[in-house]
Amino acid sequence: MTTTSRRAIVLGVGGLALALVPPIAAALNQPFYVDLFRRMMIFAIAAVSLDLILGYGGMVSFGHAAYLGIGAYAVGIPAFHGVDNGFVQWGLAILASGLAALVIGAISIRTSGVYFIMITLAFAQMLYYLGIGLETYGGDNGMRLTRRSLFGPVDLTNPAVFYYVVLAILLLFLVAGGRVVDSRFGMVIRAARSNEPRARAIGFSPFRYKLAAFVIAGSMGGLAGALLANQTEYLTPDFMHWTRSGEIMFMVILGGMGTLFGPVVGAIVLLLLEDVLSALTAHWQIVLGPILITVVLFARRGLYGLLAGAPTRDG
Amino acid sequence: MNAALVLEQTLNGLQYGVMLFLMAAGLTLVFGIMNLVNLAHGSLYMVGAYLATAFARWSGSFVLGAVLALPATLLVGVAVEVIALRTLYERDHLDQVLATFGLILFFNELIAILWGRAAIYTSVPPFLGGHVRVLPGVPYPTYRAAIIVVGVAVAILLWALVTRTRLGMLIRAGASNRTMVSALGVNIRLLYTLVFGLGAALAGLAGLMAGPIYSVQPGMGEEILIQVFVVIVIGGIGSIRGAVVGAVVVGMVDTLGRAFLKPFLSTVVSAPAADKAGPALASMLIYLLMAAVLFFRPEGLFPARGRS
Repeated sequence: MTTTSRRAIVLGVGGLALALVPPIAAALNQPFYVDLFRRMMIFAIAAVSLDLILGYGGMVSFGHAAYLGIGAYAVGIPAFHGVDNGFVQWGLAILASGLAALVIGAISIRTSGVYFIMITLAFAQMLYYLGIGLETYGGDNGMRLTRRSLFGPVDLTNPAVFYYVVLAILLLFLVAGGRVVDSRFGMVIRAARSNEPRARAIGFSPFRYKLAAFVIAGSMGGLAGALLANQTEYLTPDFMHWTRSGEIMFMVILGGMGTLFGPVVGAIVLLLLEDVLSALTAHWQIVLGPILITVVLFARRGLYGLLAGAPTRDG
Repeated sequence: MNAALVLEQTLNGLQYGVMLFLMAAGLTLVFGIMNLVNLAHGSLYMVGAYLATAFARWSGSFVLGAVLALPATLLVGVAVEVIALRTLYERDHLDQVLATFGLILFFNELIAILWGRAAIYTSVPPFLGGHVRVLPGVPYPTYRAAIIVVGVAVAILLWALVTRTRLGMLIRAGASNRTMVSALGVNIRLLYTLVFGLGAALAGLAGLMAGPIYSVQPGMGEEILIQVFVVIVIGGIGSIRGAVVGAVVVGMVDTLGRAFLKPFLSTVVSAPAADKAGPALASMLIYLLMAAVLFFRPEGLFPARGRS
């Protein structure tokens, strides 16, 4: 089976399964699940965007939550000043986070390895402190979003409508992501990951490609942040906390890095796990920590890698 | 703004720099020798602070608490190395980051179970409670002065250990070529464990000294850890000398920025604007500094030799 047809099958079956969540939840009278799965898909978008640079590009960015935060503030700040238009807010989220990624990427991609990890982490932390410093917008405590983004007739206050908007964005990103990864651009990114000197020797300048990928991933993360602010209806600097970056990173690894659908699986499984564990004990992180270590040590290829079986890195 | 205040804040900056150095030294040694990125280094700082507090309460003596907490943190460090980190040396940095991130979650929650989530406070021991006169008319808290003295002493001891002893020779050799060192019959595993334990003890020392002046709570390690990363990136990874310079620079910039940026800004822009922008800008200052250093010297100010 070719990669493309397998992708189409996974996308179709997975998309259909996710599309059935609202009617099933309504039938069972459990609206909570619409909320939970929407949250999962929003984090899946963030994880897919991180995987683009982490899995395919080999750039271990430990500051991805920063874009989530920028996207959330891009919704919250206009809303605070009375601008509720969704196109303005979400557009701003994409632009602002892309711009931040451009600056952060331009500085950090010049370095590599452990420097890269520490620098992306430090920049995210800087933005976190900037968020705390925004006294007008709630500072440390953040602020409530008085109303969700307005998109004319598409009413996001309806849980199911919002759910399908998020699902559509996720599917769109997965299709587009698949195209990008297979394109000439994606090939250069992957070449730079596996052997940068060689990529340079055949005449590519990996820096520009890596930076472009970094910016794309940042903008996608920003849109996920705009969705998250609408989901929770409040926003705080905690969206940018470094543990959030670690969580998104773990979703990618748990699902299978360098695979298109792995991050989606990772996001769903991690949030389910958190949900189950936190229902059992308030100290669920003491269980999650060792699980994380175990996955890193023993299940390197991630859940999707285990499911997909074949040792392909681009399924 | 007067000269006494500037001097006091400069000393505060030095004192914070000393804490950062104690953390950075362990982290940079572990990275330089084992090639391990250890995010959980901040957890050892936290463990040191909690153990010192607990021992001090139990024994009723700050000194006894400190003396007991130091080897205890070292033991915790050795246990972490043997149980979890040993298998990570051969893995790539991504695996190390994630696994040690898992360790942080574990330690923060363990501490929260044992001592609760609320911050606990300890008081400065009576014999270090007063003030010393640095200059005529400029008093400075004895406790903070003591931290500076201890830190400088540890830095000198560490320098002597690395450059003047057999263990230090092995540490330097391990950093430049570990295969050759083990081929020459050195038990490299034991050396790794020793170095990790040393780093843990240094982090524990920083933690136990931090107790009386900062709040002791779960997650305290990560706040300082990220600043320590900035120190290491500025100084150059794997270099003790870089850690010293980076720590002092970051400690100074952060402390002086928090103290003087707002009054300085209010001379340039309006007072309310300075009130708003000052604190935010002050907490971002070290990251901007890091970006500037990286822009001109991507390897840091003192790149370690033998590492490209």
